[in-house]
Amino acid sequence: METCAAAGLHLPAGSCELSLLSRADGSASCSRGDTTVLAAVYGPAEVKHSREISDKATVEVILKGKCGFPGVIEKSQEHMIRGVVEGTVLTGLHPRTSITLVLQVIQDSGSLLACCMNATSLALIDAGLPMRWFFCGIACALYADGSISLEPVTSQEMESQALMTFVLDSKDKRILASHTKGSFLSSELQKCIAVSQTAADKLFEIYKHAITRRYSKTSLEASAPNLWST
Amino acid sequence: MKETPLSNCEREFVLLALREKKRLDGRQTYDYRKVKIAFGTEYGCCVVELGKTRVLAQVSCELVSPKPGRPSEGVLFFNLELSPMASPGFEPGRQSEMAIEMNRLLERCLRSSRCVDTESLCVISGEKVWHVRTDIHALNHDGNIMDAAVIAANAALAHFRRPDVTVQGEEVTLYSVKDRDPVPLTIHHMPLTTTFSFFHEGKEGRCCGFAESLPVQRVTVACAHEATVNNEEALRRANEVVKFAEEPADVEQPVCHRGPHTAQVGDGLVNSWLVVDDEPKSEEEALDGGDLEGVKVENEEVEELSDDSVIILETHNRVPRVVQLSDGSEEDEVMILSGKDLMNVSNKGCTKKANNSDDVMEVMVTKTKKPRKRNK
Repeated sequence: METCAAAGLHLPAGSCELSLLSRADGSASCSRGDTTVLAAVYGPAEVKHSREISDKATVEVILKGKCGFPGVIEKSQEHMIRGVVEGTVLTGLHPRTSITLVLQVIQDSGSLLACCMNATSLALIDAGLPMRWFFCGIACALYADGSISLEPVTSQEMESQALMTFVLDSKDKRILASHTKGSFLSSELQKCIAVSQTAADKLFEIYKHAITRRYSKTSLEASAPNLWST
Repeated sequence: MKETPLSNCEREFVLLALREKKRLDGRQTYDYRKVKIAFGTEYGCCVVELGKTRVLAQVSCELVSPKPGRPSEGVLFFNLELSPMASPGFEPGRQSEMAIEMNRLLERCLRSSRCVDTESLCVISGEKVWHVRTDIHALNHDGNIMDAAVIAANAALAHFRRPDVTVQGEEVTLYSVKDRDPVPLTIHHMPLTTTFSFFHEGKEGRCCGFAESLPVQRVTVACAHEATVNNEEALRRANEVVKFAEEPADVEQPVCHRGPHTAQVGDGLVNSWLVVDDEPKSEEEALDGGDLEGVKVENEEVEELSDDSVIILETHNRVPRVVQLSDGSEEDEVMILSGKDLMNVSNKGCTKKANNSDDVMEVMVTKTKKPRKRNK
């Protein structure tokens, strides 16, 4: 089992900001390296009669890329995010309502899905929706020589043999969802999962800092923070 | 999701406050909100904040075959999306009427004004041209997405760099970003818009989100800065037009981005539209309904004049393009006002400003869909 230190793994510098938007019930921006995603949550809100579920809240996810019209890739990513959110949020507490999550890609420089997951998690926290746990997204790239790197940038993604994105929960670091691309051995998969679980700890620390900053009474931050502040 | 409707007491409160020239956020009638422009690490990426309204713009390009009618011109495409993130009232999927209207105005403002030189976007005439696409996403709707979108589009176009291309005979070499520095777009000027809201009780400017649902009419003025023109006729016509129109407000030039290929917007220009307080009420009532037809007649006359002004300007490099009026639409009443002349008109008793740069403006009056019921 490779340790983080041995493999020289590190999470790229990034930042999280909460409550950026005034209209949304909850909003957050997460940036890891250059990749930045802005997430907004509206809910629990009114739902169309055709869409309502009698005992749960209806979760809807909309992912918007920067250029062009949304395609199939966005739909599949939306599907994955919706699965995670439905499993995390206590939808049974808000029947016949809708929880709408809108994600906007501000900048895509690799590891987009992981960044989306992080932004989603923070936005849900900011909205104050009841959740079973926090979750975070970690992306890792596996190279032909067996080395692993976390949160790869676009150029690293292209050189890699396999790309994996894991969504881990904060309680037991179990995998809530995973998205893999490429070929790899099952032992390599286990290595990546272990590495991701170690990295998840650091990410949850960052979450805690962001939330503390948001709710701290002593800090007097400007109401409209810069999206690209590190 | 549905937008939360405005309650009667909120509506009454806003209108009462407006009667006393007070606004919810403490601004004066013609005050702009703080404009913040931030650029991303990618070329052509820009986020603009107008108070709390936030808009993201991204410019991208690709090589395509040109339109059959214009073989040596590039293609400019603008797409404004009212994302459901901006407001619970915006539905995903089919664009609402407001979105379509904004898109049209955006296209007219940016494409028809010829602010970006499309001839320079041609690679091989008739075969390959650049297709420059600007996607604008509304992130937070606190009023006046239109102005924010136009500022964002301008800034993003100025920030954008396209890959360098060389043509040797029949051979075209497209250089990647690593091989050669990308090249900026050729931008002649930056057209900007200002949005006014009119209420039954009085005139307003620079609406914020809350009050935007109330006004009966909204006027968005697109101002294109061009070279000086001396046109006496336009002054006389503009006087007549102004009688029917509200006085435009003091416009702060918010864009301060300087790039090698951009015109300097508002440099040295002192724009001061005087607020004439003692306007007779009949003017406002005139705007409400029938008299707009009267204004339409003026339009045609002013249009002809603009042709004259084109002739005068032949010596200058920049030819002002007057946007074609849409006669078919019942909603839009377009008035062409010559800026310099309006300045002279409104500055009653004030000295003429030294800088005589002319602003050819296109004023589009849009009636909002909800007519207010008069309460007794």
